[in-house]
Amino acid sequence: MLEVRLFATLRQGREKVYHLDAAGFPDGTAVLDHLHIPKEEVAIFLRNGFHRPTDTALADGDIVAIFPPTGGG
Amino acid sequence: MSRSYYEKLARIDLTAGTVAVEPLELEKAQRYIGGRGLGTKILYDEGVATVDPLGPDNKLVYITGPMTGTPSPSSGRYMVCTKSPLTGMIACSNSGGIWGAKLKHAGWDGLIVEGVAKEWTYLLVDDGEISFHSAEQYVGMKSEDMDEALRKVHGEKASVLNIGPAGEHQALLAAIINDKDRAAGRSGVGAVMGSKKLKAIVVKASVGHVTTLHDEDALKQATSRCLGILKENGVTGQGLRAYGTAVLVNIINNIGSLPTKNWQEAYFEAAEKISGETMAETCLVKPGACFRCPIVCGRIVKLNDGKVCGGPEYEPLWAYGANCGVDDLNAINVANMLCNEYGLDAISTPCTIAAAMELYQIGAITEADCEGVPLTWGSAEAIVEWTRRMGAGETELGKRMAQGSYRLCEHYGHPEVSMSVKKQEMPAYDARGIQGIGITYATSNRGGCHVRGYMISPEVLGLPQQLDRTVTDDKAAWAKTFQDLTAVIDSMGNCLFTSFALGAQEYADLLNAATGTNYTVETLLEAGERIYNLERLFNKAAGMKPEDDRLPKRLLEDPIPGGPSKGMTSKIALTLPQYYEARGWVDAFPTEETLRRLGLAE
Repeated sequence: MLEVRLFATLRQGREKVYHLDAAGFPDGTAVLDHLHIPKEEVAIFLRNGFHRPTDTALADGDIVAIFPPTGGG
Repeated sequence: MSRSYYEKLARIDLTAGTVAVEPLELEKAQRYIGGRGLGTKILYDEGVATVDPLGPDNKLVYITGPMTGTPSPSSGRYMVCTKSPLTGMIACSNSGGIWGAKLKHAGWDGLIVEGVAKEWTYLLVDDGEISFHSAEQYVGMKSEDMDEALRKVHGEKASVLNIGPAGEHQALLAAIINDKDRAAGRSGVGAVMGSKKLKAIVVKASVGHVTTLHDEDALKQATSRCLGILKENGVTGQGLRAYGTAVLVNIINNIGSLPTKNWQEAYFEAAEKISGETMAETCLVKPGACFRCPIVCGRIVKLNDGKVCGGPEYEPLWAYGANCGVDDLNAINVANMLCNEYGLDAISTPCTIAAAMELYQIGAITEADCEGVPLTWGSAEAIVEWTRRMGAGETELGKRMAQGSYRLCEHYGHPEVSMSVKKQEMPAYDARGIQGIGITYATSNRGGCHVRGYMISPEVLGLPQQLDRTVTDDKAAWAKTFQDLTAVIDSMGNCLFTSFALGAQEYADLLNAATGTNYTVETLLEAGERIYNLERLFNKAAGMKPEDDRLPKRLLEDPIPGGPSKGMTSKIALTLPQYYEARGWVDAFPTEETLRRLGLAE
């Protein structure tokens, strides 16, 4: 399974967390397509806590966290 | 000729009860820009570095920048510069709201406050007139009540800056509060005000704008362009307004760098409960803005008891939350409100509670010391009650905690438990998981601090470009540039948050339009470098030693025990020499050659 966590405005009209069958999602692009998240709305894409491009390859057991442009200090 | 500066400083002697109007030396002002740079220059030149921070010879410089109060974006900033009683080094605490803009509109670039008043006093700045008033009847009053009481006397349009009870009893974590919930929070500036028996400064201005702009049309154009950039940027255009800085809770936790239980861990299982998203869903009433700010990062929240007040930003959410193991958002909101009401630094106060919790965990602080409120990890009651005790100066332990974690932990024989740099508590990003921010912490002239070079921007948020948070490559040079640019922005009087979207060219354009200077990106960054080096000279004169540029041992020796950044430690031993080389420093201080290059040689 993949655990996909969405944050901030990406939660609007979506769940906070998805558990997806890893077999159907070889990379981040497949996850974004499935959840109808346009690539340009993604500012931070984390695979297991590390920044990766959105088309990064995914594997069973991965945790993906996706954030829109946001920040602070 | 108009230069945005009013070219006028007030020197206020509390001992003698006199006010002298002094001309601002324009050339000096432009070399150090204003605000943080100019405030430090004044203190350095007047020999404040060697005085007792809580003695009569320390000075408080309340200072605006040339952009403060102008139409430029997020221009409500003023700074309080003094010698810090917490660190023994330079303090420059920066605040928003409207007080700073009003001081400028009243026709002053800044106030230099000296001496000690015979009785508790407040000052009234009414345009060009400055008068002394007894504040004896307000002693013990909390900040919000004080704000309301003084505006009742001087009119609703007056803006009030004051210290709460914490500043009165000279707690080293005391902040200065303006406009009810904006704070010049760090380094104990409120304690210095308390040592001078100065309870408040009320400002009234009969005009609502700066009348001395160099080129109003050029500033209008530069401002309009900047507003467009800020609006288009995802962080400054929508992100901060929707979720405040609190949105960082989930981001930093998901990279395994959210210090938890006094930095013993770096991943907080319950982070979602104290996040910006949860705040927006539950207790957020509306966002709030400072003077002329299109970003609107402030939070107005509703407490469970119905009270509506200023809400926490990311730092106190983390410090009271993950760092104390607390997942009760309402308790954090209450504790944060108490920081505002008692006038306490909302970073150092909860971090000191977290340190006390670890001292309790290891048995150094006993049940009896806690006087009915055990310092247990995760206790909502503890964060609220110990904040109150620290603010009010109640119980022996509460009074000790109000002096900060360094003195607390040293007293109990465990200095290693204080997660501080130069005796000031570090903020909400674990420097083991994010390598560059460790350089900022270790070398910050005011001690543990993130807003002296916000490396989180490139290392986590990808602004202006994404750097790998786990490596040390090039981080020293990045940290230096961020520190220099930040010194510029602080000195101008704009909010640092504008820099998520604006670059050095935009700041040069704004400054040149307002003041008639000819700064380029290069010379502007050099001015920032000059300011950073001047602060370092102040610290050297104040007795700083090279070994003060260090991180707590825990970050170097104890790998993060779990979560996404498991196993990581800070590589500051590698980056610090690179940083000194980039700065032209040897053993933590500028070389003669560097000083000459920056025009700082004696």
